[in-house]
Amino acid sequence: MEKTANPITLQVEFTTDTKGQPSNVAFLTTWLCDHLMKDPRKEMFVLEGSVRPGVLVLINDADWELEGEEKYELQSGDEIVFVSTLHGG
Amino acid sequence: MPPRSCEVCNTARAQILRPKNHARICAPCFISIFESEIASTITSAQLFHPGERIAIGASGGKDSTVLASVLKTLNDRLHWNLDLVLLSVDEGITGYRDHSLEAVKRHSAQYGLPLKIVSYADLYGWSMDQVVAQIGKKGNCTYCGVFRRQALDRGAAMLGVGHVVTGHNADDASETILMNLLRGDLPRLSRSTNIVTSTPSQAKRKGGEGQVTFTDVKRSKPLMYAYEKEIVMYAHYKKLDYFSTECIYSPEAFRGSARTLIKNLERIRPESILDIIQSGIDMAKLVPDAEGNRKGAGDDQASTRAPRPEDEPNEGGCGSSNSQSAGSEMAEMEAKLTQDSRAEETGTETEITLPIKPTPHTLQPHAHQPTPSGPPNAVLTLDPKAQNHDRHTHTHTHTHTHPTTTTLPLRTIQTQTNPANKPAPPKQRLGHCTRCGYLSSQSICKACMLLEGLNKARPRTGIEV
Ligand SMILES: [Zn+2]
Ligand SMILES: [Zn+2]
Repeated sequence: MEKTANPITLQVEFTTDTKGQPSNVAFLTTWLCDHLMKDPRKEMFVLEGSVRPGVLVLINDADWELEGEEKYELQSGDEIVFVSTLHGG
Repeated sequence: MPPRSCEVCNTARAQILRPKNHARICAPCFISIFESEIASTITSAQLFHPGERIAIGASGGKDSTVLASVLKTLNDRLHWNLDLVLLSVDEGITGYRDHSLEAVKRHSAQYGLPLKIVSYADLYGWSMDQVVAQIGKKGNCTYCGVFRRQALDRGAAMLGVGHVVTGHNADDASETILMNLLRGDLPRLSRSTNIVTSTPSQAKRKGGEGQVTFTDVKRSKPLMYAYEKEIVMYAHYKKLDYFSTECIYSPEAFRGSARTLIKNLERIRPESILDIIQSGIDMAKLVPDAEGNRKGAGDDQASTRAPRPEDEPNEGGCGSSNSQSAGSEMAEMEAKLTQDSRAEETGTETEITLPIKPTPHTLQPHAHQPTPSGPPNAVLTLDPKAQNHDRHTHTHTHTHTHPTTTTLPLRTIQTQTNPANKPAPPKQRLGHCTRCGYLSSQSICKACMLLEGLNKARPRTGIEV
């Protein structure tokens, strides 16, 4: 059984994406999906290019909805946490 | 975006956007508001009485973990003197439940609450791993749901506890309401809006605590108005340790789709979740006396015995469990059971037209009391098949266009007399399983039917898990 940790906590150490643009949360999630995620069920995390509804994102311990969601621009030292609410309770 | 300060304390940094009202508040204010909202749900619905023994259905997952934590906190803080215990069901799913039970054991130690675990293997002679080895992954949620429903009641009875609380949240409630809407199942939709999903019979209270039988266990959902998002946020900020993974066996597709729809709606308009529940409650008012078990009815509603079928959806802990896996072999079996019981009842059922009060009056918890002095052998009920997905019974629910009358089946039960001269609670024809004694509208309950099928096949296949 392939298990994905929940929540996932990340510490940001880079600030520019591959094209030299500042990286935002949208970039981070796509990158995670492409490079780090081993679980084949990527749709449980990213759906149609954005974080799946039902996955909560915390940016420096605050609701990402207060921080601009996917457009939030990452800064070095930021802590990003993804918590899925899609599991049984 | 400049950091904004909390709308409540005006000092700390806002950390959460509340889905129900878009308030931006800090974590400490959120924790305190979340707890006080649960407390007010409990007191306004009069869910508990002081000193009551309550079993918390604990799966180790986020919802039941938060429920246990909040109840423990409120009980200590507000001196409710509740006697809380944790009750877990071990379905026997290796790699899933064995891990989550470890979390429950830690909670038991952390919160100082005793823990009781009942297992499918002990109760039924079959673990879910064995069931799946036998029947395959398709339809196994049906077995799990039917077995869990009884397992919690039996566990509570072993503990001498007459009330089980479960961690169902607002997202679960709106999902269930939506599913029932999409299926056109108004009786179930109506019941799914109740915060108390079943209440003990009058007989139980005479027996007193410590003599609880497993057919007399009250169920309620204190987190019914709490957003899943806030439950997860609460667990996060309180650093609660919970187990989070999906059941390894396949969830039901229809529920999964409803869940996805709810989550998509929430992102666009978070109020939708509570609004669906409110719509469900309002729609339930249009269902004529399908049950007396209305929201907020609490303990003292004598007519709440009726909707106690074993197949109530979404009563389990895994979120995907229910007995309504459309298209499965179970649905066929249910259809057959329903037909059998229909035939058996022919001749005892008459269509009558009776006046009902305009709906607003029937909504008050106490407005529609049973008539205790009524003839003991004539009980007005909703057709029990309405709870069994029989499409034909929907004709009854289509008659509500007339404002003051509705058509209901009247069933006379000739053989059943009222024991001990107690006031007869109105009930659907709900008897006891002849094999195990569990409440059932059939002579053999669903769990026993399922077990019969499993046991028949057992010698041939043997058990290899
Ligand atoms: Zn505050
Ligand atoms: Zn039985």
